[in-house]
Amino acid sequence: MTDTSTRTGPADWATDQEVRWCPGCGDYSILTAMRMLMPELDVDREKTVFVSGIGCAARFPYYMNTYGMHGIHGRAPAIASGLAMARPDLDIWVIGGDGDMLSIGGNHLIHALRRNVNLKVLMFNNMIYGLTKGQFSPTSETGKVTKSSPMGSLDHPFNPISIALGAEATFVARTHDMDRKHMMETFRRAHEHKGASFVEVFQNCNVFNDGAWEGITKKQNRDANLIQLHHGQPIKFGAEGEFGVIIDNGSAKVVSVSDVAESSLLVHDENKEDPSTAFMLSRLARGPFEPTPVGIFRAVERTEYAASATQQLAVAQDQKGPGDLAAILRSRGTWTV
Amino acid sequence: MTDTAPRELPLQELDEVIIRFAGDSGDGMQLTGDQFTSISAALGNDLATLPEFPAEIRAPQGTLAGVSAFQVRISDFAITTPGDAPTVLVVMNPAALKAQLHNLVQGGAIIVNTDAFTERNIEKAGYKSNPLDDGTLDNYRNYPVPMGQITRDAVAEHGVKPRDAERSKNFFALGLISWMYTRPVEPTMEFINTKFRGKELVIKANEAAFKAGYNFGETAEIFEAHYEIKPAPLASGEYTNVNGNTALAWGLVAAGVLARLPTFLGSYPITPASDILHELSTMKNFGVRTFQAEDEIAAAASAVGAAFGGALAFTTTSGPGLALKGETLGLAVSLELPMVIVDVQRGGPSTGLPTKPEQADLLMAMYGRHSESPMPIVAAKSPSHCFDAAIEACRIALKYRTPVMLLSDNALANSSEPWLLPDVDSLPDIGVDFQTEFNGTNEDGDGIYLPYLRDEETLARPWAIPGTPGLMHRVGGIEKEDGSGNISYDPENHQKMVNVRQAKVDGIDVPDVEVMGDQDADFCFLSWGSTWGAVDAATARLQKAGHKVAYVHLVHLNPFPSNLGEVLGKFKKVLCPEMNAGQLDKLVRAKYLIDVQGAHKMNGVPYTTAEIEAAALETLRV
Ligand SMILES: Cc1ncc(C[n+]2csc(CCOP(=O)(O)OP(=O)(O)O)c2C)c(N)n1
Ligand code: SF4
Ligand SMILES: [Mg+2]
Repeated sequence: MTDTSTRTGPADWATDQEVRWCPGCGDYSILTAMRMLMPELDVDREKTVFVSGIGCAARFPYYMNTYGMHGIHGRAPAIASGLAMARPDLDIWVIGGDGDMLSIGGNHLIHALRRNVNLKVLMFNNMIYGLTKGQFSPTSETGKVTKSSPMGSLDHPFNPISIALGAEATFVARTHDMDRKHMMETFRRAHEHKGASFVEVFQNCNVFNDGAWEGITKKQNRDANLIQLHHGQPIKFGAEGEFGVIIDNGSAKVVSVSDVAESSLLVHDENKEDPSTAFMLSRLARGPFEPTPVGIFRAVERTEYAASATQQLAVAQDQKGPGDLAAILRSRGTWTV
Repeated sequence: MTDTAPRELPLQELDEVIIRFAGDSGDGMQLTGDQFTSISAALGNDLATLPEFPAEIRAPQGTLAGVSAFQVRISDFAITTPGDAPTVLVVMNPAALKAQLHNLVQGGAIIVNTDAFTERNIEKAGYKSNPLDDGTLDNYRNYPVPMGQITRDAVAEHGVKPRDAERSKNFFALGLISWMYTRPVEPTMEFINTKFRGKELVIKANEAAFKAGYNFGETAEIFEAHYEIKPAPLASGEYTNVNGNTALAWGLVAAGVLARLPTFLGSYPITPASDILHELSTMKNFGVRTFQAEDEIAAAASAVGAAFGGALAFTTTSGPGLALKGETLGLAVSLELPMVIVDVQRGGPSTGLPTKPEQADLLMAMYGRHSESPMPIVAAKSPSHCFDAAIEACRIALKYRTPVMLLSDNALANSSEPWLLPDVDSLPDIGVDFQTEFNGTNEDGDGIYLPYLRDEETLARPWAIPGTPGLMHRVGGIEKEDGSGNISYDPENHQKMVNVRQAKVDGIDVPDVEVMGDQDADFCFLSWGSTWGAVDAATARLQKAGHKVAYVHLVHLNPFPSNLGEVLGKFKKVLCPEMNAGQLDKLVRAKYLIDVQGAHKMNGVPYTTAEIEAAALETLRV
């Protein structure tokens, strides 16, 4: 088969299925970013698979003209792990919401990440259960009033980036649905990475949690509250780059650059083996109302799982020769009557 | 060794013997039993084994909870069960005696390691006084042997420390029993040398202990005779001794070879299914990919993913794990992808009796999923049959593109029997073709792929795997339009899909049942799974006693063989013995309105032939 990717455009990656998200939903812009990115990547549609769980976000595979599986709630990382093991030649994306990946599927997510299975995991975080019509999710803020928490939710929220780093994911990034270019760049990097990539996408659910990310993602708030992480550069933000991030007493802190020496600013190193600094960065903001880093937190190399599994098959063949059924049936000793 | 000339003891011929070795889990009883089995197999006896492990890995030494036992039956005729009650009991300590004595037939022989009957051990086992001399053993033939002491003396010359010497006493017991049943010495010497290669001292100690046991029988003047059991008239050919889990694992791998497909196993460890995972993990040179998942849900889900990718996928578990897999299996039913789910049943509910057998997951296999999710069920009937059953489950899965449930149980998993090895070249070809071309056209006349366009005969949908150019498609758990596979909430389509999923399973080509035994009997057993052996043996016994008896055994439980209703309908009485509270009888009654009587047993011990015989006699009487 010739490589068709160079000749495709975004439309070739779209299916004929009607997209059924609510008008104005942030999922649309993520889909557009993905469809625009795909022709730029050196991949074939038939070698690409989108696997998802259940939720609004998880409808994604139906809209990509690739192979796809809309699975069951929370289990997409596990389904995709089996697929990746059986078919290391495929390019597999895993899509799900914050409930899908951190609530019912939290276990599968962390295990896929720690094993470093070659999957690109995108978690659309709208801090709410969209598909089931608006209950609080594991990323909703404490006190969130929803139909299932009329007096405010009691749950302390998860920080997805902290979780991924805690699971020692080898690629951890964050982007948001208001910035297509940033999404495309982040997805591109996730795709380049060998092993498991985890990308949190801030996504607006305009029906059940409208404006949840506005405090940081709205155009006029971005300068003050979005911190772009650039590898090898001091972490600075603000309209004039007047703010910066330092590490002080074991945590990341926002400072005015004028108050500190430029040299004391934290220089971002996404390749740092030790995830501690990345973790500190992930703790910088307590919620979407104060300066929040986006970009790549961590990108390190570690042996990829399915490749290692394939390697073991080769070693076994070297050691024992190709499987011989007649021989295996006789391996425990035989006698003749 | 002694230089006294051996006494000439009479050599008596027996048609069979059932020996049970029992000791502390650390006493090596499984090894002893296994080795005795191997020697007997090589002599051409028919045989069947039944190991019994404690649920705890290291139960306190000398306690009832720590008793491990191994029953082996050897015979000069064809057998299907490890036997009801042992005629010989070898006990290594008081706890083993306490736990096992009730199994022994009245008048049976007890060979007992007297050295272990210290005051402390006797008390630990819960005896008030020493059972060796307080009348407890009055109704048995008692052979007291100071195994510990003799073993220590025998190995002392090799410089083995007394503490370590104790560890060889199972070989003493094996030597003694080998003498009693005139088993050759050489195979065990070879076994010791291979098993303990590199540990010279251990080899010497075990060899010495074995010989001491063998010589003890000859010289000790406490036995009246020794025995011979002639080879059984088995079909000629090459045999191996295999247990159910191993045979099942080999069957799955064989299916991959026969289907020319890469295989994938997603599994989470659980007794008694773990050994299948272990076995497949050693077979990576066959291209088997094994994935120890984070839980049973992930195990099943990974198998679904692998199946989507074009692998012959399996997931193996026991009851509690199957419960967890339920939702994922619903997805597999909806996706109509081939995969095999293995449930090695154990006692439940919950942790229940994890090392004991039960057949109580049948209804879960049949109905234990949300909504209407029909799934074919195949059940193995003997340890070696696990091999054939695994291939059959895979055949159905591939041909009909459906998840298939394969049921085994703890009685099959760990029991072993001689297996006449199949000619590998005569095994069926179960391969299927992937879809590689368009199978439809759109309004513009362009070729398209319809993932749910069915084969007219089998109703199977095509299997197009990622990587196939042009056939990109999406599948999912949401109801699909028949043909196109597009999401559809249309009421009529859903009705149609429910019907077609059922029709597909109902239409599976399942061989007819055969009536075994007396074709003109009024009475018939109906069995499935591991009760086969006892039912077969009970039928023979009843026939011998002059009764007309037949039996029908089911390997396919969904769908039932198409002649089942008609066949069962001919009998006046049908009795269905199951290790559950009545499950197959419910299914058969519901489907055929036949008045099947149940016999139920749920004490974690497989049905004995005598119990089934008794149940039959009772039914015949009413
Ligand atoms: C086993 C199971 N439990 C519950 C549900 C119901 N359910 C569907 S989606 C969902 C949560 C969706 O939230 P999220 O994952 O954040 O996705 P979103 O809709 O917000 O994109 C729930 C609870 C289900 N489909 N399956
Ligand atoms: S409910 Fe929210 S997340 Fe779901 S489609 Fe509508 S806007 Fe999007
Ligand atoms: Mg959500």
